[in-house]
Amino acid sequence: MTSDFWVNLIEGQPELSLLIWVSVLVIVMYVARQPAHQMILSLARSLRNAMRLMARSVMFAEKQLKLRNREVLLSQGQQHAERFIEREFQRVEILVNRDLSGYPSLQRDLKEQITRIDEDYVHSSEVPPKPPEWLKAIEAVASIPDNGSPVVAKILNDIHSTLKKALDTDLQEYRQANRERHSLLKKMMPYWRSLTNSLNSVEIKITGLEQRSIIIDGQMQTYEDIRNQTDYAERMLSSSSMTQFFISGLALCLAIIGMYVNFQLVALPMEEMVGAGSYLGNSSIRASDVSALFIISIEVILGLFLMESVGVTQLFPIIHLLEDHKRKMIFYIMLSFLFVFAGIEASLAYMRDMLAADREALSQLLTGVEVAEPPLRWIPSLGQMIMGFILPFVLTFVAIPLESFIHSFRTVMGLVTVWLLHVLVVIIRFVGNVVFGAGKMLMNAYDLIIFIPLKIERTLGNKLVKKKEDTISGVLTHQFEVGEDK
Amino acid sequence: MRELTKKGIFITLSILLSIGILTQSGCSGERKKKAVYVLVDISGTYSQQFEKVKGVVRYLLGSLLPGESLALARIDSGSFNEKDIVARMSFDLRPSIANSQKRAFLESVEKFGEDIKPSEYTDITGGILQAIEYLNETQANQRYILIFSDLKEEIKKGQIRDFPISFNGTNVVAINVTKLQSDNVDPREYYKRVEDWTKRVEEGGGTWKLVNDLNHLDSIIE
Repeated sequence: MTSDFWVNLIEGQPELSLLIWVSVLVIVMYVARQPAHQMILSLARSLRNAMRLMARSVMFAEKQLKLRNREVLLSQGQQHAERFIEREFQRVEILVNRDLSGYPSLQRDLKEQITRIDEDYVHSSEVPPKPPEWLKAIEAVASIPDNGSPVVAKILNDIHSTLKKALDTDLQEYRQANRERHSLLKKMMPYWRSLTNSLNSVEIKITGLEQRSIIIDGQMQTYEDIRNQTDYAERMLSSSSMTQFFISGLALCLAIIGMYVNFQLVALPMEEMVGAGSYLGNSSIRASDVSALFIISIEVILGLFLMESVGVTQLFPIIHLLEDHKRKMIFYIMLSFLFVFAGIEASLAYMRDMLAADREALSQLLTGVEVAEPPLRWIPSLGQMIMGFILPFVLTFVAIPLESFIHSFRTVMGLVTVWLLHVLVVIIRFVGNVVFGAGKMLMNAYDLIIFIPLKIERTLGNKLVKKKEDTISGVLTHQFEVGEDK
Repeated sequence: MRELTKKGIFITLSILLSIGILTQSGCSGERKKKAVYVLVDISGTYSQQFEKVKGVVRYLLGSLLPGESLALARIDSGSFNEKDIVARMSFDLRPSIANSQKRAFLESVEKFGEDIKPSEYTDITGGILQAIEYLNETQANQRYILIFSDLKEEIKKGQIRDFPISFNGTNVVAINVTKLQSDNVDPREYYKRVEDWTKRVEEGGGTWKLVNDLNHLDSIIE
């Protein structure tokens, strides 16, 4: 059906034809107004309800995911707190074993020192010299009057001199005793110092233990919060996960740069081994590139196992649960493999330098330009070799940020998904409301198209109503007048 | 949780590996392997142009990669002949060996350049047939024939060269097509020669290109 059909309803009168069609359409629309309105309204309502239902489902999914995220987060936090507390207790055990195991000997030393000091102190106590027993007898003799007898005077003089001599001797003895006592007290000084040092060391050890116990207390509080599933614990763990995610992500980015540098060192010499023109199947992926990446990946994996065997990371629970001697064995095996790979990389780095020099020489030959050999050419060669040797060991530490990244990735992704679901709910609700509003607008637009018949209907309706009202009021007036007359 | 952790590790490592491979190697595009056959006209009128040939050969040696092929042959009175190949080399996959081969190739070319004996006739068709044969053997997917000639074919009496040639996607590049004295009298001769060869190559399923400016050597091989 072409447009000519609509335009040429009356031959040569397209405007009139269109007008007729429009009129027909308006009449049809006017007739079908009520069912059309109902249809539009019900369609809009259905769509809005469907959207609401959908939003409710998404909200439910969001709620479930939130719960699941919370469970995972708290579980991870609990594990982490357990590990931390376990580690702290291990440290305390080490402290106790190292420091307090010597406590009995320390106690013995202290006792010995105290005994010695005590003995010395006893020895050094001042004993006042007793007056001689014969002093009273002498005093009695000395009080005898001489009565001018020279014999008695002589005897008394003798007694006096004897007494004086005895007193001198006593005084000397007393001084000697004092000297000895002072020397004993002097000897006590190192014991006192030693005793003070011993007590100081005990104090330091006890303080160390006290600090550890404060840390354990704090961690136990966190652990209890996690066990009680408090909101505070959830917020804290969530924030910690976000921080971990970004920090470990940054560290991984740096590690990837390191891997790229490593790749550059290895890729060119690998061409010598697998051929520069070898490709994987029919693709354009060079076999030498894949080999170089394979070597680097192996180094990273060796690093992962090495860190796992040491107990720094816990990515592989099987390794973590092995006995200590087996883990030690794995550690040595991984370390020896790493040494082998580091040696290979160092030699490849040297080969790379040689190849680069050869390539440079060829390009000089081809261009016909002779360039003198740069001085100290061995420095970059040596630098490359050292880098080739060190980088595998550096890459070992990728395991630490990788573990943090994997653990925090789950939490962060959970949070992001919850956020996305929330946004989806908002969008669905918004669309539902927009659809409902559009339905109402469509109804108004429908009425706008048929405004002429609607206007006529209203005018006629008003007149009819007015006529009816007039009739009713006329009847009422008539009845009123009749009533009055009566 | 453990399963998740393990999966996480392997997914991360696989992603890192894949990103590495893809960024290093490019994730799409057909692998290119080139083979180039250089035909040098040593007839009396053209033999003076060998320095330019050496320049192009040096450029080719610098740009061709290990695993690709290069050959240089002369166009003389009867060019459909293995003896006319001065040097040919499929470069080893190992870069160090390939570099040694390139040095040896250059040496051969220089040695050839020192003692060129101009030929009486110019059998371009024979040289091209020899070139196509060699290029097909290399199994390269980008095949080039570089012709250093004035494109004026002069064949011995009795030689049959007037037949269609199957180029099978080979790119033919005429480099430094010199103008003859007769071209100066009637330039249409030059245009006719070029046009004839263009038609012959394109009808045979090849592509034709004319490069006279040697400052743009990178346009010879894409």
